[in-house]
Amino acid sequence: MKNILKYIIVGFIFGIVLTKSEAVSWYRIYEMFQFQSFHMYGIISVAILTGIIGIQIIKKNNVKDSSGEPIIIEDKEKGSARYWLGGLFFGLGWALVGSCPGPIFILIGAGFWTVFIVLFGALLGTYLYGVFKNKLPH
Amino acid sequence: MEIIFQTWPWYVSGFIIGLIMLCLIYFGKTFGMSSNLRSLCSIAGLGRKVSFFDFDWKSQRWNLVVVAGAMIGGFVAVNFMSDPSNVAINSQTIEQLAAMGIDAPNGKLMPETLFGTQIFDSPKIILILLVGGLLIGFGSRYAGGCTSGHAISGLSNLQIPSLKAVIGFFVGGLIMAHFLLPLLLS
Repeated sequence: MKNILKYIIVGFIFGIVLTKSEAVSWYRIYEMFQFQSFHMYGIISVAILTGIIGIQIIKKNNVKDSSGEPIIIEDKEKGSARYWLGGLFFGLGWALVGSCPGPIFILIGAGFWTVFIVLFGALLGTYLYGVFKNKLPH
Repeated sequence: MEIIFQTWPWYVSGFIIGLIMLCLIYFGKTFGMSSNLRSLCSIAGLGRKVSFFDFDWKSQRWNLVVVAGAMIGGFVAVNFMSDPSNVAINSQTIEQLAAMGIDAPNGKLMPETLFGTQIFDSPKIILILLVGGLLIGFGSRYAGGCTSGHAISGLSNLQIPSLKAVIGFFVGGLIMAHFLLPLLLS
């Protein structure tokens, strides 16, 4: 129960921050891709900077996780095609509907029911990847 | 208390998002939202047909709980923490959008033109949302992550593959926002 609670709280804060920073807003994503505001670039940069510093601290001090196990952050698989091409497809969708997977769920929670169409599309896209996975260059 | 209702500044929001990622690492997990789409496909029973969905989704239940929390967070933020001053985007952006027939935010997070319930009379807009979602789902699984998994988690851990994916995100986004979107909405 305690376990569930900590993930709910982390998710809850995530939902609030993404909504209050307007990172879930279609407008903010459009504005970002038009280079007409620093807002989104600021959010992403500060998040990465915080992450870089935090991960360096974790690695330098061999910090253990909450269950006492050593923290191992796995490297991403090597490769090129999957990252360039997958990234390109993702970017096209991101700028079209103005939301990435986290915001899709957050917006539905907030009562934007038409975003269910986007979620359905995203599940379909995930399914299609599963079907064609072995035929795609990775 | 005013700050609760206003648009949260980028340096506060970015910092908290970074902390959320670190928090999940501390819990022995990783920050990545698109993996949940794969779990949902698996829960729907698609693992019987496609081996990619035949995995132990129960080990990923924690992430679905994070999603549930995020949905509640979105509900609370929109219903109890919003203000008409929100989504104050660049006035030049508003003009550009008006030229494409998209309404100004005036405090709303999403344009009515694309997300209002009147879209059920417009097969074109429904198709746009569906295809947009499809590209997001397909692309994030192909690239092995989305904004949270690659841009935040991956770049924080100085991963070159994530940098390639993020460059891909931006190239795709720029093509859509500058060339395709104006065509689609005209």
